[in-house]
Amino acid sequence: MTVSLGKDLVGLEHLSREQITAILDTAEPFKEVSERQIKKVPALRGKTIVNLFFEPSTRTRISFEFAEKRLSADTVNVAASGSSVSKGETLVDTARNLEAMRIDMVVIRHGSSGAAKFLGDRINSNVINAGDGKHEHPTQALLDMLTLRDRFGSIEGLKVCIVGDVLHSRVARSNIWGLTRLGAEVAVCGPATLLPRDVEQLGVTVFPRVEAAIEWADALNVLRLQLERMTSGFIPSLREYNRVFGVTAEKLARAPKDLCILHPGPMNRGVEIDSEVADGPHSVILPQVTNGVAVRMAVLYLLAGGSQDAGSSGSEMS
Amino acid sequence: MNAPLLFRDGRIVDPSQGLDEVSHLLIQDGKVAAIGRDVGVPDGAEVIDATGWVIAPGLIDVHVHLREPGQEDRETIATGAASAVAGGITGICAMPNTDPVIDNQSAVGFVKARGEAAGLARVYPIGCISVGQRGDQLAEFGEMVAAGAVAVSDDGHPVMSSQLMRTALEYARTFGIPVADHCEDMPLAVGGAMHEGIVATRLGLKGIPSAAEEIQVARDCILAGLTGGHIHLCHMSTRGSVDLIRRAKEQGLSVTAEAAPHHYTLTHERVGDYDTNAKMNPPLREAEDREAIRAALADGTIDCIATDHAPHTYDAKEREFDDAPNGIIGLETALSLGLRELVQGGVLSLSTLIERMSCAPARLWHLPGGTLRPGTVADVVAFDPAAEWTVDISRLCSRSRNTPWGGETMPGVVRRTVVGGRVVYST
Repeated sequence: MTVSLGKDLVGLEHLSREQITAILDTAEPFKEVSERQIKKVPALRGKTIVNLFFEPSTRTRISFEFAEKRLSADTVNVAASGSSVSKGETLVDTARNLEAMRIDMVVIRHGSSGAAKFLGDRINSNVINAGDGKHEHPTQALLDMLTLRDRFGSIEGLKVCIVGDVLHSRVARSNIWGLTRLGAEVAVCGPATLLPRDVEQLGVTVFPRVEAAIEWADALNVLRLQLERMTSGFIPSLREYNRVFGVTAEKLARAPKDLCILHPGPMNRGVEIDSEVADGPHSVILPQVTNGVAVRMAVLYLLAGGSQDAGSSGSEMS
Repeated sequence: MNAPLLFRDGRIVDPSQGLDEVSHLLIQDGKVAAIGRDVGVPDGAEVIDATGWVIAPGLIDVHVHLREPGQEDRETIATGAASAVAGGITGICAMPNTDPVIDNQSAVGFVKARGEAAGLARVYPIGCISVGQRGDQLAEFGEMVAAGAVAVSDDGHPVMSSQLMRTALEYARTFGIPVADHCEDMPLAVGGAMHEGIVATRLGLKGIPSAAEEIQVARDCILAGLTGGHIHLCHMSTRGSVDLIRRAKEQGLSVTAEAAPHHYTLTHERVGDYDTNAKMNPPLREAEDREAIRAALADGTIDCIATDHAPHTYDAKEREFDDAPNGIIGLETALSLGLRELVQGGVLSLSTLIERMSCAPARLWHLPGGTLRPGTVADVVAFDPAAEWTVDISRLCSRSRNTPWGGETMPGVVRRTVVGGRVVYST
C-alpha cells in the first residue's frame, strides 16, 4: 500500500488517518537507524534540503538537520534574523532565489501563520512546515503521537489533554487535528485568556481547571508558557500560573491513574511543569525528542517519493 | 454644452419620486429635463434605445480610498474616478487617510481639483477629524468645508478619545456635516488579522472580536444623543452593531450607517487558507452577522451601501496574511453584487437597492444627485440588469486588482454613466 502525502506537509488538518498512520509506521524502522554505530542510510542521497528558519529554534532545527543527514541529504541552514519584511526581501523572493539554486526541499519555520502554505503554493520544491506562527507544527504533533503510540500501543480511544497556552500554540492545533483523526479524545485546559475562541468547535472538550483534566486524562501534553504572556497581560504572574495551572506532583498525586506526561520543550521548570514531574517515571519528554528525529526522517522520506513499504523493507535503507 | 441625451423605453427607477416605470428620460443642459412617454426629441439630441435597461440616479459611494496624494502606485484620483463610473457610480467621497493626510483646506482643494481635472465621477473630499489623524486636536472643519469637504473622518484610525469625538460632533453641527467614524476599540482589536471566531482559531490568526466594533458604535450613538451631532457609522459588520443602531434610531438620534458589499456577501469562511483578498478591517464576520446586515439594509436600519474601496498593490497583498494590508477594491463590483446578492437574493427590491446606493447617500450627506427630478443635475446610470459580465482583474479600471471576486460572473452591465449630462462611461 502506498499512501502519498502530496507535495508539502503544511499541517495535519488536511491529512487523513491513513496518511498520518503511514508517517508513524514509516518512522518505526527509522528509529533503529539512530541506534546504529553508523547512523546513516542513503535514502535521500543527492537531495538538497534548505532549513529556512525565520524564528530562532534549537531543538526543531537540529532534529530536522539530524534527520536530513541520517538520510544522506545535503543540507543548508538559513537563519533569517528577524522577519523577511525587516530584511527587505519578501518571503517568496527568498524562496525563489533558493529554488533557483536547484534545491529539492525546504523546511520552514516562520512567525506568521500560513507562511508554509504560502511558500508551498509558490515554489516547486517540497515544503515542510517546521512551525508557522500560531497555526501548525505538524512534525511536533507527529512525534507526540508516535511517543503516545509507543507508550499505549494505540491512539484510538486515548484521552489526551493539552494544558496551557493553547491560544498561541501551533503544537496544540496540530495535536488536536492529528489526535482526533486517529480516534483519540482530546481536551484542552488553561486559563480562559489563553484558550482560542470557539475552540470546542474543533471537537475538543474544555476543562477550565487542571485538576479536572488530570482526573479525566490518560496523558497530558503540557505546553510551554512564554514569559511574554505575563507582560502582555494574559496572566497575572508566573507564580500564580504555576499554582493554578502548573502540572505538579501534588496535583498528579490525586489522579486515579498514572498520567503519561509530554512536553514539546523547551520547558520552564517551575512554571507550567515541576521538575519532579518532568523528570519523573511517567515523563516521556526525552523519548519525544528521540522520536522527533525518526518522525522527521519519515516525513522527508515520504515527501521525497519513498514508499512506506520500501521504508520498512530495510534493504533500501541499509 | 453637450448635446441633449434621450434614453428611450428604459425602466426608470427613482425612489426619490416613487418612480418605477418604463418611460423616456431627457437630459439637457446638464440637467434632467423631463421624464415621460410624450417627451419629444430636441434638435441634435442623441437618442439611446434603453429597452431592457434600468435608468436610475447615479450611484453615490460615501466611502472610497483614492490613495492620492502619496500612494499613487495603488490608485489615483483619476483611476479611482474611472473605476467608479465603470461601476455606475457618479459620486465618490474620498477618505482623507492619504499621505499626507487631508487635514487642511489646501489639501481638500487639491483632492477636489484633481477630481475635477479627471472629469469623471464627482469627487467629494472628506477632511480629517483631527490634525494628522493623530486623535488629539480638531482639524479646521470650517475651512475644509469651504474648500469642498463634505464630511470629516479619521477613517483607518478610530477616534479612541470620547472627548475628541464629542467635540467633533458638536463642532460639525455648525457646518451641517456628518462625522464618519471607523468604529474599533483599538486595545481590543490590536494585532487582529481577521474576525475572532472558529476560522481564526483554526488558522492560528489573532482575531478581532465583534465587541471591538460594537463598543465604539454604542459610544458614538450615546455621543450623538449628547451632542445632537450627526454620526455616520462606517462599514458596519456585526449583528450587535445593527441592534445598537436600530435602538439609536428608535430614540430619534442623528445616526446613519453604511454597509459594504463584502459584509453582506461574504463571511470569515472566505479567508479559507489565508486568502489576503479576504482580509479587511472590519473583517468578514459570521453568517449570522451577514444576515443581520442584509436585514438592516432591508428595513433601513443601515441607510446606505458604501464600498470602502481600498486599493493595494499586488505585492502588498502577495505576502504572509499577518503582514498583508487590509482592504479590497469595490467600485466596479458594487452594483452587480447588489443585484446578485440583494435583489436576486430576495433581500431588497431593485428600487430599494437604488435608494441605498444613490438616494440615501445623497440625502444624508447633502450631496447633489440621488434623484431624477427634473431640474436637478443629470447624474444618471443606465444598466442592463439581465446581462452578465465576468470580473477580469486584468481589465478593471482601478489601478489595483485586490478583489475576492476575480473570475466570477455577475449580473448587471453598466451601459452608460452620465455625470452632469455628459456620458463619461459607455459600453
